[in-house]
Amino acid sequence: METRHNTYRNGPDDRGRFGQYGGRFVAETLMPLILDLERAWNEARNDPAYIRELNGYLSTYVGRPSPLTFAARLTEELGGAKIYLKREDLNHTGSHKVNNTMGQILLARRMGKTRIIAETGAGQHGVATATVCALFGMQCVVYMGATDIARQAPNVLRMKLLGAEVRPVTSGAGTLKDAMNEAMRDWVTNIADTYYLIGTAAGPHPYPVMVRELQTVIGNETKAQIQEVEGRLPDTVIACIGGGSNAIGMFHPFLDDPEVTLIGVEAAGEGLDRRHAASMAGGTPGVLHGNRTYLLQNWDGQITEAFSISAGLDYPGVGPEHAWLNDTGRVTYVPITDSEALDGFQLLTRTEGILPALESSHAIAHAAKIAPGLPADHLLVINVSGRGDKDIESVARALSARSEETAG
Amino acid sequence: MSATMTPASNDRIARRFAALKAEGRGALVTYTTAGDPDAARALEILRGLPAAGADVIEVGMPFSDPMADGPTVQAAAIRALAAGMTLKGTLDTIAAFREGDTDTPVVLMGYYNPIYIYGAEAFARDAAAAGVDGVLIVDLPPEEADEMIGALRAHGLSLIMLTTPTTDETRLDEILRYASGFLYHVSITGITGSASAENEAVDSMIRMIRSRTDLPVVVGFGIKTPEQARAFAGMADGAVVGSAIVSRIAADEDPLGFVKELANAVRGR
Repeated sequence: METRHNTYRNGPDDRGRFGQYGGRFVAETLMPLILDLERAWNEARNDPAYIRELNGYLSTYVGRPSPLTFAARLTEELGGAKIYLKREDLNHTGSHKVNNTMGQILLARRMGKTRIIAETGAGQHGVATATVCALFGMQCVVYMGATDIARQAPNVLRMKLLGAEVRPVTSGAGTLKDAMNEAMRDWVTNIADTYYLIGTAAGPHPYPVMVRELQTVIGNETKAQIQEVEGRLPDTVIACIGGGSNAIGMFHPFLDDPEVTLIGVEAAGEGLDRRHAASMAGGTPGVLHGNRTYLLQNWDGQITEAFSISAGLDYPGVGPEHAWLNDTGRVTYVPITDSEALDGFQLLTRTEGILPALESSHAIAHAAKIAPGLPADHLLVINVSGRGDKDIESVARALSARSEETAG
Repeated sequence: MSATMTPASNDRIARRFAALKAEGRGALVTYTTAGDPDAARALEILRGLPAAGADVIEVGMPFSDPMADGPTVQAAAIRALAAGMTLKGTLDTIAAFREGDTDTPVVLMGYYNPIYIYGAEAFARDAAAAGVDGVLIVDLPPEEADEMIGALRAHGLSLIMLTTPTTDETRLDEILRYASGFLYHVSITGITGSASAENEAVDSMIRMIRSRTDLPVVVGFGIKTPEQARAFAGMADGAVVGSAIVSRIAADEDPLGFVKELANAVRGR
C-alpha cells in the first residue's frame, strides 16, 4: 500500500491488503460468506443506529470508558518515565476482548445469524464471546486447545457457566492455532446459521480491519484521557502482541502522530533461540488462516508450534497490519521472555495492586526495561489488556519452578 | 526440459476425459497424500493406482494445518510430515511415478503456504518437470489466484478450481476466469470425509455449471462407497474418493483392492 497523504491509517485496500500482508486466502466455500460479511460490516459501521447501539452497550454493560490510571508507585520504583496504565482489565469479563465481541455479536444479529462459534487461547476471547451470547440468548460453541483447557481452568468453567459449549481440540499442540483450524472447519460446515466471531485482528479480510475498528476505542479513549490530564500526547505507548488486537486498537489512533513511539511486545517464551511465539522477531512471511503475515514456520512452509507461558500469545502468527507496520518501521516490535513477563506480573501486582494478565505482563516487563532510562517528563502508557486472576495458577507453578531452579 | 513436456502434460487431462467420454462413463479420481505412511509405501501405492483403475490421480501435498480437511486426511498429513515428506519430496514422488506412467493425469492438491515458501515460479517449473498436470490450492480462491496463475500457465499446468454449494452463477464466472483442466465440485458444505451430499442437490449444481462451461466437472467430498462413486461419476464427469482410501492406508487394509472395487463400480461392473 502506498502511503497516500502521508498516513499510516489508509489500510487495508479493497482486497484487504496492508502492503503485501492480509488478503482472503480461504476455501471457496467460505468466499461468498466472507464477501457477505464485508458488505454487512460496511453497512453497519456506517449506520448510526448500529453505532448508537454498540456505544450504548459499551457504556452501560462493558463499563466504558476504561480509566487511564497514573501508576505512581511503579513510576517511583522504576525511577524514570511517568507511567500511565490503560485499564482494559476493568472491562466486564476482564479484558479488551469484549470490545470486539460486543461489536461482532451486534453485527451477527443484524445478519440474522443464530449460532456463534469462536476460537480461544487463554480463554479471554472465549469468555467474552460466551458472555455476549448469554446476553443475547444465542447458541455459543467455543473451540479451545486441550493444552489451553488444562492451563486455563477458571476460564473454561466461566464459559460453561455462561452456557457455552467448550469443544476441546486435540490436533497439533492443542493450542490457539489448532482451535482456529477447528473453528474454520465448523464454519465451512455450518454456513447458513453460523457466525464465526474471530477474536483477534487476524484471519481473512474483513476480520483484521473490523476487529481493529472495534478495538480502536482503546486508543481513542487513551488519546483523549492523556490530553486531559497532561495536555499532550504520550511519548511512548506499549502493548503486548499475540494476534495483536489490543495493540492495534491502542496504536491505530496514534499512527499518524510521529512524536509518539509505539512498541509492540511479542512473547519470546524461553528465548528467541529456543521455543517462543515471536512471529516477527523469529518468523517469516507466509499464508495461514486466511491471511499473509509473519509466521513461525520451517523451510518447507510447515507451521511450527508457538510457545509462551501466556496462552493468549501462544500463536505462530500475528495480525497482518502489524506485519506491515513492522516492515514500514512505524511500530517497533520487541521480544519479552516468559521469565521477564513473570517479573512484570509481580512488579505491577506489588507496586499498584493490579494483577495483570500474563499477556499484558509482557508489556509491563518491557516498560520496566526502558522506563529507568527515560526522563521524568517522558509520558509512557502501558495497555493493561486484561486482568490476571485467570493466570494465578500458572504464575504459582512458574514461580515455584523458578525457586526450585534457584535452590538447585 | 519443462518446456518440451508442457504440451504433453497439458493434454493429459483433456485426453483422459475425452477418452472416458467416448467410453461413456465418468472418471474415478483417487486422492492419497504424498509420503503417507512413508515415502516408499506411498510411491508403491501411487504406482499401483492406474492398474487398480484410477483414471485421474490426486496427490495431497502434506501441510501442518489442513483447514478444509477432516480428521482422516489431517492424520495422513501428520504421518507424512512425521516421516519426513516435504513439497520437494512430493515432486520427487511424482517424478518417480512418471517413470512408469506417462498417461495418467496427476493433480497436486494442498494449501498455499508451502508453495508460497517454495516460490510460485520455482514450484510451477519443478512441478511441470516432474510430470504434474494440474494444481488445486484449497485456500487460493479467485481473489488471490493471480499470485499463481501466471507461473502455472507459463509451465503448462492447469489450475484446478473449486465450486461449492455456495457458488452462484456470478461467482462461477469469476472462478471460470482461472479454471482449466477440470472443475472440482465440492458436493457439501464441510470438510473432507464428512457426510455425503444429496444426489439431487449435486445434480442441479452440475447442470448449472455445465450451462456455463465445457470443462469436465468432478464431484468430491463425502464419497465413500463404490455405489456413491458410481452415482456421482455418472452424474458428473468423475467422482473423487479420498478419505475412504486414506483410512485404508492408515489401517494397512489393501487400499488398492478398494480402488479396484471403486473402479469396477464406476465402470458399471
